[in-house]
Amino acid sequence: MIDLEFVINTLSLGSLYALLALGLVLVYGILKLVNFAYGEYVMVGGYALYIAATLLGMPWYVTLVIAVLAAVVVSYLTELVAFRPVRNKSANAQIITSFAVSIFLQNVVLILISSRARAVQLPFFFSKTVTIAGATTPVRNLLIIAVTAVLLVTLSVVMKKTVLGMAMRAASDKFTTTRLMGVPANLVISAAFLISGLLAGVASIFWVSRSASVDPLTGAAPLLIAFIAVVIGGMHSTVGAVVGGFVYGLIFNLLSITLPASMISYRDAFMFVLVVLFLLFRPAGIIKGGYTEERVG
Amino acid sequence: MAMLTVENLEASYGAVKALHGISIEVAEGELVALLGVNGVGKSTTLKSISGVLRPVKGTITFLGEPITNKTPERIVRRGISLVPEGREIFGSLTVEENLRLGAFSVYKRDRYKADLEEVFEIFPILKDRFHQAGGLLSGGEQQMLAIARALMAHPKLLMLDEPSLGLSPAMTDQIFALIDSLRERGSTILLVEQNAERALEIVDRAYLLANGAVEFAGTAEELRRKVDIASVYFGDEDATDSCEVTQ
Repeated sequence: MIDLEFVINTLSLGSLYALLALGLVLVYGILKLVNFAYGEYVMVGGYALYIAATLLGMPWYVTLVIAVLAAVVVSYLTELVAFRPVRNKSANAQIITSFAVSIFLQNVVLILISSRARAVQLPFFFSKTVTIAGATTPVRNLLIIAVTAVLLVTLSVVMKKTVLGMAMRAASDKFTTTRLMGVPANLVISAAFLISGLLAGVASIFWVSRSASVDPLTGAAPLLIAFIAVVIGGMHSTVGAVVGGFVYGLIFNLLSITLPASMISYRDAFMFVLVVLFLLFRPAGIIKGGYTEERVG
Repeated sequence: MAMLTVENLEASYGAVKALHGISIEVAEGELVALLGVNGVGKSTTLKSISGVLRPVKGTITFLGEPITNKTPERIVRRGISLVPEGREIFGSLTVEENLRLGAFSVYKRDRYKADLEEVFEIFPILKDRFHQAGGLLSGGEQQMLAIARALMAHPKLLMLDEPSLGLSPAMTDQIFALIDSLRERGSTILLVEQNAERALEIVDRAYLLANGAVEFAGTAEELRRKVDIASVYFGDEDATDSCEVTQ
């Protein structure tokens, strides 16, 4: 039923999905590239957590920083090594590059670690439960809501008040003209990948905390979720991505409580039907944004 | 000595060659126009100079240094600003943010305020619209913002691509008066215009382009005297078959 517990669950799921969608859209806005390697940043964050926490037994706050940093660094490196060399090539070349990066990263952990899932040691308080006004919920659900709120506010201040933020918004609108202002192309693109990695890194902590494990294919679902959220919310603005994330979370949870038990396992199918309906009747998504389709290069 | 020297510039869009060896010069303090019908390579020349388009051949020298193949962001720092065709205002950013980005390459906190004041003096309307989104401005206001944004970078050479395009006759008058006054203030300007009659009223010299090459060069006087401008735009075969070069 729709009670406080439902609200908390929905906000926490929506927060996680909003972070994922936002990270995908930031890079898309500037490069007009759907980065199919994006889910792998989440996967890398998960493995960093596994190595730091489970293998090395580091204090929990260190492990969280390491997980986020790993995703940020890998995101930046993929830009530097893989995407930059094909920046002026065709859109197809860029998309295929992103698939290549995705497959490459999956195989790196497959070879270096294992094809089997690894248990991830999470901070002890993550799964503790608290009771607020009669609603019982794990601490991690409240944490993700708080962390997402802080990140969204910080990010919107950065985008609105700093020159780098202005340049990134301008570059999402008109990339070449932004360069004519003297803004280096590499600056805004690197910034987009760094922030995208940061969001994926934070999301990775909460993503792996749900199953407390990580495997080479961990990145597939977050990528798909980010993509669906973006289709629903709108590919053309950061607001659209956030809205899409929360709407996805809401619909998913509504399906969970309204579907008969025998159909619960078909929730994803219902979500895909919704995506098809959006693509048919409102392809721009809920929020029609200002981004143009001009490609870099 | 010329401030800007372009020699034998060749450029193409994919397989389509747009410039077949253009050579032009602009001296400090001059107002020079590139004239010609649609598709002869006027905008392409400006794009090549500003680094947006990589030339296939030829050299571009600015203040004695080669700038061929430099990136747009580096060329702005050398002192060349382009006001692109179609104005290219950042529509979702405010007028203030558009101007702030214009100053990106030269930003100094103490000078910025003074620069803004100077821009407001030339374009009072931008002060009224300061907090509005650029996309909400009228065409003429957007053109002013585009020029103001370029001026914020303190360009040594200002390049204007079709500044009167799509504007009302009254607004066109204003823009031409403005370009004239910028020259009076000592700016060096390279102007691309389709409205040749109007351009020749204010420029010192002009190049008439045809088929991606310079067909005629001279002072505004000479151009008016020797070339039948009307025939270039509306008349004979030679002048119009250049439309095969698409942009």
